[in-house]
Amino acid sequence: MGLLSRKATCNTHGQDSSYFLGWQEYEKNPYNEVNNPNGIIQMGLAENQLCLDLLEPWLMKNPDALGLKRDGISIFKELALFQDYNGFPAFKRALADFMGEIRGNKVSFDPNHVVLTAGATSANETLMFCLADQGDAFLLPTPYYPGFDRDLRWRTGVEIVPIHCTSSNGFKVTLPAIEQAYRQAQKRKLRVKGVLITNPSNPLGTTMARDELDLLINFIEDRQIHLISDEIYSGTVFTSPSFVSVMEVLKDRNLDQTQVWERVHIVYSLSKDLGLPGFRVGAIYSNDPVVVSAATKMSSFGLVSSQTQYLLSAMLLDKKFTKEYMSENHKRLQKQQKDLVSGLEKAGIRCLDSNAGLFCWVDMRHLLKSNTFEAEMELWQKIIYHVKINISPGSSCHCIEPGWFRVCFANMSESTLKLAIQRLKSFVSSIGMKSQSHQELKSLRRKARNNWVFRLSLQSFYDREQDTTTKVSFSYRPHFMSLSNIAATLDAAA
Amino acid sequence: MVSMSKIATGNGHGENSPYFDGWKAYETNPFHPIDRPDGVIQMGLAENQLCFELIKKWLMEHPEASLCTAEGVNRFKETALFQDYHGMPEFRQAVAKFMGKVRGDRVKFDPDRIVMSGGATGAHEMVAFCLADPGEALLVPTPYYPGFDRDLRWRTGVELVPVICESSHNFQITRTAMEAAYEKAQEANLKVKGLLITNPSNPLGTIMDRETLKSIVKFINEKNIHLIGDEIYAATVFKDPEFVSISEVIQEVECNHDLIHIVYSLSKDMGFPGFRVGIVYSYNDAVVNCARKMSSYGLVSSQTQHLIATMLNDDDFLHNFIMESKEQLFKRHKYFTWSLSQVGIGSLKSNGGLFIWMDLRKLLKEKTFDAEMDLWRVIINEVKLNVSPGSSFHCHEPGWFRVCFANMEDNTMEVALSRIRSFILKNNESIVPRKLCRRSSLKLSLSRSLSRRMDDFMSPAGIMSPHSPLPQSPLVRART
Repeated sequence: MGLLSRKATCNTHGQDSSYFLGWQEYEKNPYNEVNNPNGIIQMGLAENQLCLDLLEPWLMKNPDALGLKRDGISIFKELALFQDYNGFPAFKRALADFMGEIRGNKVSFDPNHVVLTAGATSANETLMFCLADQGDAFLLPTPYYPGFDRDLRWRTGVEIVPIHCTSSNGFKVTLPAIEQAYRQAQKRKLRVKGVLITNPSNPLGTTMARDELDLLINFIEDRQIHLISDEIYSGTVFTSPSFVSVMEVLKDRNLDQTQVWERVHIVYSLSKDLGLPGFRVGAIYSNDPVVVSAATKMSSFGLVSSQTQYLLSAMLLDKKFTKEYMSENHKRLQKQQKDLVSGLEKAGIRCLDSNAGLFCWVDMRHLLKSNTFEAEMELWQKIIYHVKINISPGSSCHCIEPGWFRVCFANMSESTLKLAIQRLKSFVSSIGMKSQSHQELKSLRRKARNNWVFRLSLQSFYDREQDTTTKVSFSYRPHFMSLSNIAATLDAAA
Repeated sequence: MVSMSKIATGNGHGENSPYFDGWKAYETNPFHPIDRPDGVIQMGLAENQLCFELIKKWLMEHPEASLCTAEGVNRFKETALFQDYHGMPEFRQAVAKFMGKVRGDRVKFDPDRIVMSGGATGAHEMVAFCLADPGEALLVPTPYYPGFDRDLRWRTGVELVPVICESSHNFQITRTAMEAAYEKAQEANLKVKGLLITNPSNPLGTIMDRETLKSIVKFINEKNIHLIGDEIYAATVFKDPEFVSISEVIQEVECNHDLIHIVYSLSKDMGFPGFRVGIVYSYNDAVVNCARKMSSYGLVSSQTQHLIATMLNDDDFLHNFIMESKEQLFKRHKYFTWSLSQVGIGSLKSNGGLFIWMDLRKLLKEKTFDAEMDLWRVIINEVKLNVSPGSSFHCHEPGWFRVCFANMEDNTMEVALSRIRSFILKNNESIVPRKLCRRSSLKLSLSRSLSRRMDDFMSPAGIMSPHSPLPQSPLVRART
């Protein structure tokens, strides 16, 4: 056509990533216990389906919430007309309280600092529009959620510069890594406006330690830049160490009401903790009134449906219910994660120690033919087409070490999880790697590391310039490019 | 000190215009028939509140739409998880059907071309992002909805170039005006990517006739630029001539369909601005694909998709609703315009929308926008009505005001009319035609009973609903 915008014709929407392509394969042949028992099991979708049965009795007991009534009287008209971008006061209060509860009430949130958005997808994009100009950059620790490539960059023109984390220290953020990223940005003549972290981490499933958060706060204080903490998984922390929000650290260090306090912003959503991604409930929390004001105006482009605000304000205001729900949520997540981890262990596959999230960060380096991303892609293809499981390759999350995969566990029943583990076990034994001990492999990897760390540039594997096609040089690529007409499932549930 | 972005700290949100003084006046002193009978009556808000009883009745009879039945609660899980940016198929089918019905079933809409957005606000921004790069331009006929300045320009960096329409042509779009705007853009080194029309028009309340539409389609086709048709008021056309959509015209005129896009919403036709149901319908596959990905930033809540799908799939209800809505709008419009004419106030002849384009040129001290602002302040502060001055719609001529009539009960309308009458008689006897004075037809009988629902303007605990002509309330400042 030639008449569309550059944004419309480029690939920054990121949908050609292997992350989404795996979903497309799943869509073509989805597993179903009854109708399609040989189909692909979806383990690339970070959804929390474990507790939705708990919502149903609550809904039956509180019919007014769904029925758009108050004390039995219809308030349909008021809700249908309510389009105030400041949001439903009761809902914001309930949300702020809920966020406080998740953090053990060690911090409290002011409803007036909450901006409602259509999902965390919109919240992240809106914050970029508020904090950065086109061509500015944000630093992000790798591996990170693939959707950020679209949400933070596509329409905003903002760049992402990776802070590379490695398995040598459990993928924790280090000062040298942050500084290296900052230098890299300067080399690329990009003005760094801030750092964005996801805590608990997607895809790692780990919570950040206090010293990591201290490090980040010191860094942003020193450079006078922003820190965005995407805490969308804060309610999925199912075992110790308990979740520490960046807000808590700021408070403990008596940094509240200082300048750095105003440069820390939180992104939240009910998609993961409550398992309600369809309702599109996201939020920005900022201590800077100017950010709140600008983001509120921008939220016009993606407000939360008043019908949904009303339902969820009723639900979240029922604190007894939410407490019980979250407690059961943690129990079930912990069990499911344990089942996955122990099942994989029996197949000789280790996972990064994790205490949160809806997924595990799985180490399949020993299953690679070579320590390369090509080998990772080859393994991934085998897992999709032969093992019939969709998992997300680490390269799609910008991990700099090949062989890691994100495997989701909270979007399926116990029996489906068992089946998936069984398939993986059979696969591993069929490729005869089970006998090799991890120790042997570790030393082999240490030798190989020296080779590949310096071969790989520190720029993200999906090195990109503004608005240009994502370059991926795999030989399989033409095959996946032909899938461009296939509908892709929304990635928002990552 | 690293600051925020230019977008965030600039004025592109459009809320600093003096236009919002009217909102402030309303916000600080809102009319209530019992509690505040001397308050400011909100007539700057294009909302459709005339048919809620019908909808409420339907909801009572269909609890499954709200997932309120035992089966519904089982569906809850499915709905809560559904975040596919294609949207629920039944939702898209229902919306496509509704759009077709509103156009007399003269066109069929393909559900697969329907893309969701965060209201029409989100739809417009999304379309601008798809069609134009920063610094490129869209042509927009004046007067136009003030929100376009924000929706099309703020975060996109796109420019708007006005196509000037004049009262001498009843504000209709002419070929000459389009050419002039196009040329002006060229002179300013702005690449024009498209033309955006609102049909039925906001603020005029008029529809474009077939010939005008054909001429527009020919124009954009020749220039090879896009045509965006905002048809948000399509179902508010309450009397002949019938609404003609660009979707019909492109069936009759040779044109490249890849250039044609429609923006729609349920906020005006159904009166559901709170549910944020915006739609982009494009005849261009690449735009559909791109917009669909962008819709991630403003999907319609699945809870709302389910409600709307159930409601709009009820053919009988749809038919009744459309007829009832037209009838209520017709009656309200007729009564309002007639009452104004009795005191010598004319308005542009219109047959759609939720407002009239009122002609107060005779009341201006002089033919300037300053005089328009002066008159407007008087209307707000003395007459205590919030109406919208034409300058805020980029009208080329001073003295026109948009006055909304569908967002209030009958008794409030009566109060508004009596205030207007008093004001005119007190201050501008000379403008009232002598024959009308002699007839003393100022004693207008209350032809409607007082509504039973006196609580429309009361705020139940926990719900505040300040409104605005923009789909958010600019005056309820973010509480910091």
